[in-house]
Amino acid sequence: MKKILSLLVTTAFAAIQFSRAADLSGVITFKGAAPEEKELTPIKEDATCSTYYSGALPKTQHYIISAKGELANVIVVVKGVPAAKSTGATATPAVMDQKGCLYVPQILAVQTGQKVVVKNSDSCVHNVHTVPKENEMKNVVQMPGGADLEFTFEKPEPFLKFQCDVHPWMFGYVTVLDHPYFAISGTDGKFTIKNLPPGKYTIEATHRKLGTKTAEVEVKEGGAAQDFTFEPK
Amino acid sequence: MNPKYNPALYWFAVLTAFTTFLLIGLGGLVTSHEAGMSVPDWPTSYGYNMFALPIKFWTGGAFFEHTHRLLASGVGALTTVLAVWLWLQDPRKWLHWLGVAAFVLVVVQGILGGLRVSWHLDYLGVPHGAIAQTFLILLSGIALVTSRWWINSAREKQITVPRGLRSHVLWLTILIFIQLLIAATMRHQHAGLAISDFPLAHGKIWPDTSATAIANYNAARVETINLNPITAFQVVLQMVHRLVAVLIFLGVVAAAFLARKKLGGGDSLTKSAWLWTALLVVQIILGIATIMTNKAADIATLHVMVGALSLLVGALWWFIAARRTALTAIALTGQNKPD
Repeated sequence: MKKILSLLVTTAFAAIQFSRAADLSGVITFKGAAPEEKELTPIKEDATCSTYYSGALPKTQHYIISAKGELANVIVVVKGVPAAKSTGATATPAVMDQKGCLYVPQILAVQTGQKVVVKNSDSCVHNVHTVPKENEMKNVVQMPGGADLEFTFEKPEPFLKFQCDVHPWMFGYVTVLDHPYFAISGTDGKFTIKNLPPGKYTIEATHRKLGTKTAEVEVKEGGAAQDFTFEPK
Repeated sequence: MNPKYNPALYWFAVLTAFTTFLLIGLGGLVTSHEAGMSVPDWPTSYGYNMFALPIKFWTGGAFFEHTHRLLASGVGALTTVLAVWLWLQDPRKWLHWLGVAAFVLVVVQGILGGLRVSWHLDYLGVPHGAIAQTFLILLSGIALVTSRWWINSAREKQITVPRGLRSHVLWLTILIFIQLLIAATMRHQHAGLAISDFPLAHGKIWPDTSATAIANYNAARVETINLNPITAFQVVLQMVHRLVAVLIFLGVVAAAFLARKKLGGGDSLTKSAWLWTALLVVQIILGIATIMTNKAADIATLHVMVGALSLLVGALWWFIAARRTALTAIALTGQNKPD
């Protein structure tokens, strides 16, 4: 009986929280001059990968900044949400494709237990090699036209590297979090974190190269906004 | 029974040692191209029998890793034949066991390389590199003791090499081995150049290794391949590598001058010491070029190969000096000549 009551109270509490849930949104900008991206010249030497690029070769994507200074690939995380826990097991899998001998996208964020599906859209062999610090390392070959590979991670970890050692210019990063309160800024610098219960939180915005900025934010029922500005190191 | 010079055995030993040297170069290319994990399975390759991997898969990093495995199999086969040949044909018992040691070492080396891949134990790359250097010395030593010079040297008058000079070269050779261990540790961090300028280091004589400075170095560099971020440890390690390089160079120059003073300018060991000095000059130029080219794979690999040669010259120099000295001492005391 006690268990049923406890479950009812928890469900009711969650329902009330959810009904009052709000969004946190903002824009990430960059002021200053970022290091210049470099052309991925080794692609020229690869018989298959070079066929994907008849014109200019692709460049590195460490700093994706729009003409207006909006910064992409910043991972914004809300810290200290009460009773926050991973919903990764039921979350939609995140997808990372290998296309044109590049990872697309090169930055992802998932929850613990959430699937990361790695596709191979290329006509050459890749190996998908994870280089974690906290989670288990894996290294799997993926033939052209081969089945999608699935990865899950049990422990939170920032910027867990995925790399192909056949084509060493191919690398991407997956940040693993143990709750769903995060977002990645798009090419317009914008991010939105949905369904936050009202309250006061610490927000962390992390760019792989530029480090972390924090802010204290009060999220009210109508939502909240918080922008971040990064500068060169 | 006294050994007789067997040219076939000698040249086979030379071939095995030379193939091992090439294998070290190919191993260097694997690491320089960050390709060590490009074929995730072992002893199979992409699920195929290693010797039957279709050539269409010999691409990119897999080309270096797969050909390294094939050449390593070749060195394994050559070493096995050499060990059996020594056991059956050479009368020297200690040489039989040197052949067995080479066989054991090549097996251990193969397993170590395989486990590094299949167990994802990247740090095994350092002992894998260290054993490769030791193995090259062992095989070259076997080639030396099967050579015409070694076998006939007991019948010829020898000039003794003073103990001080021998000790100097021995310690110098050990220092080069330590330097190669430092280099292997640097390379197996998979972080590229921890310091990308020369002669300064991050613009200073001694670089700033504070957490802020390291974060700034990482933010400023634009990696084109899958490198790990650099750390303070790696920055300090490169500085130690630079300082040890200076020490080694001064030590080798001193060895050449000492040899000239003690043995005379025309002695083959003096000439070898000058050759060793020239090799070190080339090695330092390659080290600087490695930095200037942002660790271009071919340059970095040449740096590895000349490093291996520098170690080998020191080791062979010491073996020859020890042999000459032992023969001289025996000639003076009238004992039986060693084999």
